[in-house]
Amino acid sequence: MSNIPEEQGSAAFLGNVRDSLLETDKVKRRDMLGLFMPLVRDAAVDQFDQFQDLRKQVKGVKQHTLDNLHHYLSQFESEALDNGNQVHFARDSSEMNSIVLGICQSHRAQRVVKGKSMVTEETHLLHHLQRAGLSVVETDLGEYIIQQANETPSHIVGPALHKSADEIRELFLKKHDLGERELEGPTEMVAEARSVLREHFLSADVGIIGANALIAENGYSMLVTNEGNGDLCANLPKVMIVCTTLDRIVPRASDAMAALRLLVRSATGQPITCYTSFYSGPRREQDVDGPIETHFVLLDNKRSDILASDYREMLQCIRCGACLNHCPIYIGVGGHAYGSVYMGPMGSVLTPLLDSLEEAQALPDACTACGRCEEVCPSSIPLPDLLRDLRHEKNREKLTPSRWRLGMKTHAWLLARPRLYHTLSGIGIPVLAWLGRKKGSFKSLMLANGWTDQRDFPAPQGKTFMQQYAAQRKANNGSR
Amino acid sequence: MQREADTRVNHQKKSSNAPRFSVALYVTCLVDLFRPSVAFDSIALLEQAGCKVSVPSRQSCCGQPTYNTGDYDSTIPLAQQVIEAFEFADYVVVPSGSCAGMITHHYPKLLEGQWRERALALAAKTFELTTFLAEIAEMHVPIDDGTRLPSVTYHDSCAGLRELGIKAQPRELLKNLRNTEVTELSQTEVCCGFGGTFCAKMPELSGKMASDKLDSALATEAEILAGGDMGCLMNIAGRAQRLGKTIEVRHVAELLAGDLSKPAIGEGKS
Repeated sequence: MSNIPEEQGSAAFLGNVRDSLLETDKVKRRDMLGLFMPLVRDAAVDQFDQFQDLRKQVKGVKQHTLDNLHHYLSQFESEALDNGNQVHFARDSSEMNSIVLGICQSHRAQRVVKGKSMVTEETHLLHHLQRAGLSVVETDLGEYIIQQANETPSHIVGPALHKSADEIRELFLKKHDLGERELEGPTEMVAEARSVLREHFLSADVGIIGANALIAENGYSMLVTNEGNGDLCANLPKVMIVCTTLDRIVPRASDAMAALRLLVRSATGQPITCYTSFYSGPRREQDVDGPIETHFVLLDNKRSDILASDYREMLQCIRCGACLNHCPIYIGVGGHAYGSVYMGPMGSVLTPLLDSLEEAQALPDACTACGRCEEVCPSSIPLPDLLRDLRHEKNREKLTPSRWRLGMKTHAWLLARPRLYHTLSGIGIPVLAWLGRKKGSFKSLMLANGWTDQRDFPAPQGKTFMQQYAAQRKANNGSR
Repeated sequence: MQREADTRVNHQKKSSNAPRFSVALYVTCLVDLFRPSVAFDSIALLEQAGCKVSVPSRQSCCGQPTYNTGDYDSTIPLAQQVIEAFEFADYVVVPSGSCAGMITHHYPKLLEGQWRERALALAAKTFELTTFLAEIAEMHVPIDDGTRLPSVTYHDSCAGLRELGIKAQPRELLKNLRNTEVTELSQTEVCCGFGGTFCAKMPELSGKMASDKLDSALATEAEILAGGDMGCLMNIAGRAQRLGKTIEVRHVAELLAGDLSKPAIGEGKS
């Protein structure tokens, strides 16, 4: 599993789950992160008494924005144009990739530096540009590491969280020209990456970044990073391109600030990231630096469909990754097992909507409905409900295996006839209890092999409660 | 103060006076089939708290399995059946957080129109057992029946915890009624891997989660792992038996009622 083939899709999820549980070291690492990430998030949230109020506010803002998306998009476009930007709308991944390549080619660009952007992961922009002969370097440290390793992000915020320091060291020893240097410890490794990346920043023709918010009232985009690489991508090359999606729009700068206060605490447990930047547009006459030309490329890629669907709350997502960090499924199997760009609870909702339910049909089942994701989601997205609704859709479209569908239908038919149900369970349960009376549980049981694959099946105590209770009532009435 | 304490004692006497509450017990299918003693213990506790308990016979399952697998159409008649059978009651008490959550949180989402109104009315008077005992019946006087509980750790089942806020109630009851402090297990709020049909759809992952839960329970060195939801308890107990680990897994109602004579979940009569 260390090298995920790019074409592997979410259809492979069930097999990946099994494989990923066999990687003992990685399981330990994931368990450790599963303990650590919630701790830092909780500590940050506990120290910030406005979190819950702000959460309600941001949800309200997001819903209002989605209700009036067209208005705010138009406002953003006109403000951004006034600031001297060029604004492009891309219906799908290939349109976004073509627009970006077109901009690069119009400047005869050879070298591109990229900040972290899940949207460009979604469109596979990097490979599109590379295939056209451009040199593209990821400059977020985590993204740089996985680019060197030829992998995909395992987490939407920490793309290389699956890699240990030793693995990263070995990777650098293999890929970098280090001479005698051994790269002892993380500090030396970071310094090495920084010095390599610095050259790329200085020589790049085009910088590509993402956005955490687009502000309609002033046409600015907001970006948060901890490394400052986004700012170097945005300010050093002569052309800057912001790649993002329609659902990043918020009406006012203050709304972006409100979301920011939730985002960072939810993502990394920090009160604020090291760098929070607002990009207005190209260099003005009196400016001494900054890009000469700036573009916004706004991707739809089914967001309009999601907006019109029962899953529109998914568009409130601010991509903090808290649902991943708190999901026992994600912690158990890791991000790569999902075989999709987005992973964890938010990914299990988004992937079927962005790709197809048929292809991603295992993902809505990757949920115990434990509700931890919804509990921590800063945008209050009812993720377990959305996943259940996707299972409903699967069921309706007969994507759920027929044995499950028929089994559930029969089960429900019987349950809706309590008298018959009590009669039948009154026969079956005592037999089962008698069979299991000595050991108290079964190693295997007909029709329950999903259960007994991993655990024994506890035997019933004896007669059903309904039987015993009826008998007791009868005896009591008789004695009166 | 003295008078208040006296009334409390009176409340908890097996009611010679008129009952304080009329309660319909929603048994839940897992308790009905696998662990009837939990229902008898629930009745005993409710009566001790001064309730008159009835058990409507037209009950089977709340519909969680069909609902959570996405078969909403099959779930609707089951929800309607529960509403019809229980809406007569002053209070409905359920010895399971997930079944109580199904009734209070999910029926109103699932149903429409008049049925939704009826679902909301039922939701308003439906309580999980420990919540009812601690908050409505305000049961806090120690039960003096000579039973001493061994050391206990507690698993917070997800639906009860997050849909209904069940956290303090079972712990307070164990402390007040049975003078027992819960030895907390690490990551008590993390899922045990049951998840209804999840455990059969992704067995390996579910098994790993159950093992993690079991390991943290064993690390407390408590003799009993208690919880308020049979699904989770059967999952953890079944995993313990598969791996040959020894910890008694019991429903919290058994502990509160002092009913430790029956073998723990999944254990034979030795």
